[in-house]
Amino acid sequence: MKRNKLYKLSSLKSFFVPWYNAIITAVLTPLILITGFKLFNWLLVKGIWQGDASLCRQSEGACLAFVKEKARFILFGTYPDEQLYRPILVIILFVAGFIYISDIKRWNKRLLLYMAIALVFIFWLMGGGFFLMPVDSSYWSGLPLTLILAFLAITISYPVGILLALGRQSHSRLLKGMSVAYIELIRGVPLISVLFMASVMLPLFLPEGLNINKLLRAVVALTMFVAAYHAEVVRGGLAAVSHGQDEAAMALGLTYFQRMRLIILPQALKAVIPPTINTTIGMFKDTSLVIVISLFDLMGTTKSSLTDSKWLGFSIEAYLFVALIYFIFCISLSRIGSKLEKYKAT
Amino acid sequence: MKNNMIEFIDISKWFGSFQVLKNINLQLAKGERTVVCGPSGSGKSTLIRLVNGLEEFEQGRLLVDGIELDGGSKSLEHIRTEVGMVFQQFNLFPHLTILQNLILAPLHVRKMTKSQATELAQFYLDKVRISDQAAKYPIELSGGQQQRVAIARALCMRPQIMLFDEPTSALDPEMVGEVLQVMVDLAKDGMTMVCVTHEMGFAREVADRIVFMDAGELVEIAKPKDFFESPKSPRLREFLSQIIN
Repeated sequence: MKRNKLYKLSSLKSFFVPWYNAIITAVLTPLILITGFKLFNWLLVKGIWQGDASLCRQSEGACLAFVKEKARFILFGTYPDEQLYRPILVIILFVAGFIYISDIKRWNKRLLLYMAIALVFIFWLMGGGFFLMPVDSSYWSGLPLTLILAFLAITISYPVGILLALGRQSHSRLLKGMSVAYIELIRGVPLISVLFMASVMLPLFLPEGLNINKLLRAVVALTMFVAAYHAEVVRGGLAAVSHGQDEAAMALGLTYFQRMRLIILPQALKAVIPPTINTTIGMFKDTSLVIVISLFDLMGTTKSSLTDSKWLGFSIEAYLFVALIYFIFCISLSRIGSKLEKYKAT
Repeated sequence: MKNNMIEFIDISKWFGSFQVLKNINLQLAKGERTVVCGPSGSGKSTLIRLVNGLEEFEQGRLLVDGIELDGGSKSLEHIRTEVGMVFQQFNLFPHLTILQNLILAPLHVRKMTKSQATELAQFYLDKVRISDQAAKYPIELSGGQQQRVAIARALCMRPQIMLFDEPTSALDPEMVGEVLQVMVDLAKDGMTMVCVTHEMGFAREVADRIVFMDAGELVEIAKPKDFFESPKSPRLREFLSQIIN
């Protein structure tokens, strides 16, 4: 208790002591206050909540009426109006899933089963069939599409990345060479080009008539891309586990796969949780690049809502709105990551 | 000598162009306690690491429990279940509790049930006198306790042979005794043991034979009494005079 009090006192003191902290405080405080005040003024005091574009243009404030007008399109895109409850349910399901996994105690084998069931349910809700009106996947857009892309790419790329990292450490020259070649190739090109390849070139190699779903192609491209990054992160983790651990496990008679599964990977993956979360968050945001293969994810619907000729010129408001949505999901991922770090037995 | 547990036949090994083991010939009988000593870099750790295949050799033959280590993974897997090893750095699994460390191999290698494995683990934890620490993680234990857990972990596989690679070298001096005591108890039970150690008191008390190595060669093999009282080779005499001072 005493220590706590001391800490509080010193934390207040830390704004001014030593002298250079006082300078930092003196410079940053007005900066924060001015920015905060301007934002407050623009958004809430002068912000236009009701009305049309002409009213917005007369005002100096934020045109929140525009965001209100376009929110439905930004969030759900071209999904049929009368079926809107379905993508809404999907978003609720994702948010519920986020809340569920934020308790690390629930990360067990059963979670994989739940995730598989949720996935089937999500695809049924979005795509229909089986008592629901079918909705072609070309109408899936906005936030549900972003979440589906991110969820699939994250959950598939991680195990693939682990396999690549193990391949890179393999004694088999062929396996090692292939893993290195794959990782270096993918890391050497921009994600956009991988997406293009998956969308434009892949169909050229496939037999005529066999048309792979565009959504699936995007998932494959994103997964391929992020797996290479995960592989390098995992490799760092493998290097952090001392060789003595492997030797002790060998001496006990464990096979290679048992050693990896029971001894090496649990320690290696735990050691690299921060960069893993980093890659994951990066991937979540990189889903916005699927617009180049004309999938309208959250960023895509936002961009096309800006082209409405009645409402030209309110891009700041729209981008802030989606930025807020991205931020909420990314900060949640980040929080889960730091909980995971602190959790003892992973 | 009959009933050989370990048989090194003319074994040589190189690290690159450096020869670490030079034409080693050595037979160890079932139940025999052997201490291997020598200056650092003499190849003693490498020698015992051959026995469970942590190191490979380029020349010669090695038989463990009658099975030839020929580089095949079948023979290696079998030998590793029969040979326990204790390391200088303990190498406990830090993400598992003491009990989980102990039952891991019985569960996954011996395919025991969890209750069987736990019972076995409790038995050996009693034997190394730390049964009250089963639920803790390795980091919560002292060095001496950790090394005793490591011994118990190896014993849970019920090995025929126990290898010790400088088990007390990483310990604070006041913890050396408790670990050596566990090893003495084990020797009394008739376990075949090979220990690389600098603990000459332990060697004198427990060893049936002491092997002195220098520069990759077996220089002298003798019973403890002869080893300490009438060393034959000048290199051993020099070594003994250094460690006694």
